[in-house]
Amino acid sequence: MFDIQTQLFEGEHIRFGPIDHEKDAEIESKWTHDSDFMRMMEIAPARPLSVALVKKQYEKLEKELDENKNQFYFTIRAREDDRLIGKASVQWIEWANGNGFLRLGIGEAENRGKGYGTQAFRMLLRFAFAELNLFRVSAIVPEYNVAAIALLKKFGFVQEVCRRKSLERDGRRWDLYVFGLLRDEWQYSHAGDLQQAEA
Amino acid sequence: MKDIFRGDLVRITNEEPDAYAKANVRWQLDSEYGRLLDSESVRMFSEKAIKEWSEKNFQNSKPERHQFTVRTLAEDKLIGFFGLYVELVHSEAWVGIGIGERDFWSKGYGTDVMNVCLRYAFLELGVQRVSLGLHEYNPRALRSYEKAGFVLEGRTRKDVLREGKRTDTFWMGILREEWLQKNGETL
Repeated sequence: MFDIQTQLFEGEHIRFGPIDHEKDAEIESKWTHDSDFMRMMEIAPARPLSVALVKKQYEKLEKELDENKNQFYFTIRAREDDRLIGKASVQWIEWANGNGFLRLGIGEAENRGKGYGTQAFRMLLRFAFAELNLFRVSAIVPEYNVAAIALLKKFGFVQEVCRRKSLERDGRRWDLYVFGLLRDEWQYSHAGDLQQAEA
Repeated sequence: MKDIFRGDLVRITNEEPDAYAKANVRWQLDSEYGRLLDSESVRMFSEKAIKEWSEKNFQNSKPERHQFTVRTLAEDKLIGFFGLYVELVHSEAWVGIGIGERDFWSKGYGTDVMNVCLRYAFLELGVQRVSLGLHEYNPRALRSYEKAGFVLEGRTRKDVLREGKRTDTFWMGILREEWLQKNGETL
C-alpha cells in the first residue's frame, strides 16, 4: 500500500507552510539583525536586512522557484499559533544525478534547542527522499556551526569533505565541511519516521 | 618581473569571441569532454549562444570572475580554457579547466595550464586558497592536479549518475602556504 496518508508537512509541534507575504518579512527582518544567525546561515558577509529588502528577496525567491524548478522552499511554523519560526529548503537539485542540498534555519534564539529543528529536518529529509525521490542529499557547514553538525550526525549524515581553511571570519580561517546522506542510509535509520517524537 | 602569462607549453590569451565560439562549438561535440568537465547532463549550444556567453564572460572584468583561453607555445593553437571564480570575502578561488582539443590530452598540457592558473591565482589575485572538484572517473585529471600540488580533501559519495552507474565527486584544495612552499624557488 502506498503511504500517501502520511502528512509530509505536519510535524508534532511545527508545520511547513508557504511564505506569507503580509506578515513574514517583518519577522525575518528581525532575525537578520542577529549576527549569529546570519553567520550560521550564510557565508556571504552578514548584514541586517530591512523589511523592504526581505520582501524583495521573497519576490526574487518565488520567481526562481517558478522558473528554475531546482529548489523547494518552506517556512517553518509553530502548530500552536502558526507563527513563523524558521525556514527549510532543498536547493541546487541536479535531477539527472538525484542530488540536492539541504538548508535549515530556526530564526530566534529562544526557539532553538527545543527540538523544532530536529522535527523540521526530519520532515525535510522525508520530502527530499520520499517526494523528490533524490538519491542523496548534501549539506555544507562551517566547522564553527556546532549545532548543525550535531543535527546532521544525529540523522546519520557522513562527513565526506573537509575544505581546509575555506572561510575567513573573526580574524582566522575555518574549515568548511560537506556532509552527505544516501537514501538507503536514511531508510534504514528510520530517521524519516514522522511519528518518532524526539526532542 | 616574471612573465605570468607563460608556462612551459602554453600561454594565457583572451580570444576574440568569434575564435572562441568557433573552437567551442566543435569541442562540445565530444561528449566525453563534456562529461569530464561537468556533472550536469551534457548539452549543446549554438555558435551564436557561445559567442554571446563569451562576450559576457571573457570580454569584461568582474572582480570575482577571471576567464581565460590558452594557446600552445609551439603551434600557437587554441586548445582550451581556464576560469577562476573568487569568493572575494573569503579569498578562495574555484577553478574550472578544460583542454577541448583531445589530441593534446595526456601530454602535460593540462598540468601546465593548471600551473599557470595557480600562479595567477596566488601571485596576481592573491587568494588564500584554490579549490576544485572532479569526477572519480577522471584519473588523468586527478594525477595532474596532484602534480600541481592539490590535496584531496574528500569525496561526495555517489552524487553523479553516468551510464547507469553511481560515481563520486572528488574535492581538492591547495592553500597559499602550500603553493608557496612548493614553488618558492621558481618565483
